[in-house]
Amino acid sequence: MATLNIVNKSPFEKRTLEQCLSRIAEGDSVLLIEDASVVAVTGTAYAELLSGCAQKLYVLSPDLAARGLTDKELLGTMTAVDYPGFVELVTEHERVHSWL
Amino acid sequence: MEDEYEGGVVKKFLYVNRRAPHGTVYALESLETVLIGAAFDQDVSVLFIDDGVFQLKKQQQPEGIEVKNFSKTFRALEMYDVEQLFVESESLAERGLSEDDLLVDVELVSRASVHELVDQQDVILSF
Repeated sequence: MATLNIVNKSPFEKRTLEQCLSRIAEGDSVLLIEDASVVAVTGTAYAELLSGCAQKLYVLSPDLAARGLTDKELLGTMTAVDYPGFVELVTEHERVHSWL
Repeated sequence: MEDEYEGGVVKKFLYVNRRAPHGTVYALESLETVLIGAAFDQDVSVLFIDDGVFQLKKQQQPEGIEVKNFSKTFRALEMYDVEQLFVESESLAERGLSEDDLLVDVELVSRASVHELVDQQDVILSF
């Protein structure tokens, strides 16, 4: 009964990512899109938090590319998906929770 | 999990409110959407977390900022068969509030148990 949680705000600007992570189930997934994609790579202040996550983590690669971050190394716990991959994630989960 | 009613399928909807009222239109729009869900005989629950708990604060007087006082509508939700209002206790405590500050009866849930509520739903709508 896993939920796909979608976060679209940078944690440097809003606390949405932390607020989401503090409440979701271990079997859930988190997809970082739009400005949230900036913390999908190594070297950020959120690397430790995201590396310690029990949940599966995904980032939308076009958003990463748009921000010039494809030259950085992805976090080991992070999987990049393209738009078809996004759709696949939606179909694989019981429900979607877009954290606004 | 899905029951039929004469107009179609009944799904379990959870509305998640995370913003304080009046500063933005999110809280009012959420409430409107809750009423629409209930009007279509859906199984509707509402969860208040983070600043969303301020939406249920007693004694709101937004007339001074020329905003409609829609907080009273929360008391009418019962009539629309929206009877499940959940509030996260940590969010209340962080803001110096307790259950006594709220204008309706609610069910308190802990931060750690929020996902259990989410797991029971067909649809999540976040505001």
